[in-house]
Amino acid sequence: MEVALMQRRLEDYTKSLFMEGLLDAQFLQLQQLQDDSNPEFVREVVSLFFEDSQKLLNDLTSALDQQIVDFRKVDSYVHQLKGSSSSIGAQRVKNTCIVFRTFCEEQNAEGCVRCLQQVKQEYYLVKTRLETLYRLEQQVVAAGGSIPAVEFNSF
Amino acid sequence: MASAGEVLRRNLPGNVDPCGRSGKGSPELHVLAVDDSLVDRKVIEKLLRSLSCKVTVVESGSRALQFLGLDGEKSSVGFDDLKVNLIMTDYSMPGMTGYELLKKIKGSSALREIPVVVMSSERIIARINRCLEEGAEEFLAKPVKLSDVERLTRFLTRGGAEEVSKSSKRKFGIDDCEPSSPSSPLCDSSSSSSEQSSPSPKRSKCGP
Repeated sequence: MEVALMQRRLEDYTKSLFMEGLLDAQFLQLQQLQDDSNPEFVREVVSLFFEDSQKLLNDLTSALDQQIVDFRKVDSYVHQLKGSSSSIGAQRVKNTCIVFRTFCEEQNAEGCVRCLQQVKQEYYLVKTRLETLYRLEQQVVAAGGSIPAVEFNSF
Repeated sequence: MASAGEVLRRNLPGNVDPCGRSGKGSPELHVLAVDDSLVDRKVIEKLLRSLSCKVTVVESGSRALQFLGLDGEKSSVGFDDLKVNLIMTDYSMPGMTGYELLKKIKGSSALREIPVVVMSSERIIARINRCLEEGAEEFLAKPVKLSDVERLTRFLTRGGAEEVSKSSKRKFGIDDCEPSSPSSPLCDSSSSSSEQSSPSPKRSKCGP
């Protein structure tokens, strides 16, 4: 496939992630920070986010599985997940965490369990999409192209 | 031509370099960043490095104090070699919170002149007030943006003690924050903050 077409496909795919609210401006901030001295920066941060999140989701599953739920602990995990998702711009994960925390405050176990399901879904969704994004970028680079600058009119 | 709101990748202008203090060979700013989140540590380090700051990143308040030589152990390195010009700390950390770290720093005659900035994803007025009253230079909302850090470092390289009036514009006004709910068992218990007053713009002087 021609490089220009690949680049176009990459650009459209990237835009779709923003349009669907999966990513927000913070992700753009990270992309802006990436430069020749650290060309893998975004991928490295995103990888850290994946590792971190997987562990937190496991911890959350386990914490909500207890006979007596420690809501303070659950809230602490959600707070961490909210923080890291916010730092990379994973908007829908972050927003789900915000709702999740209100259920923690209310000590509503059922609400928490539902939120956990939802946050897992949002997380796996953004993870899959980011992995695809990275693959598309690699294809462009392998074909000798450069990753196009992404322009947006409004956020 | 870029219009307002248009965003381009890699648009950092080449002359954004406040930490570098280019000209006359003055040393670059050394920033100590403290955050328990691995993701946030990586991001803040990159933000600061992109502004040509020297960066030390640690994962906890106690590590920060160790680095600053405040943990009671005699440091083998002369203090001047480690000279830190700015400390940026997350608020919510296990063990020692950013607030507690701030207090320890401001309570030390050796370190109190170092400006401390507190970062948090939660905009709780009482928390912000408490930090500012304890001498924090600023309270930054997470996720921290390049423009926030750039403004900070420019402020410092201009000899920030005189810039008090400018920085008071950065205070969180009532509109930016949600009041903390005192009935929640999971909020900061040390503040009874249903008061709706805006944060007091009390500033501490930072040394040149």
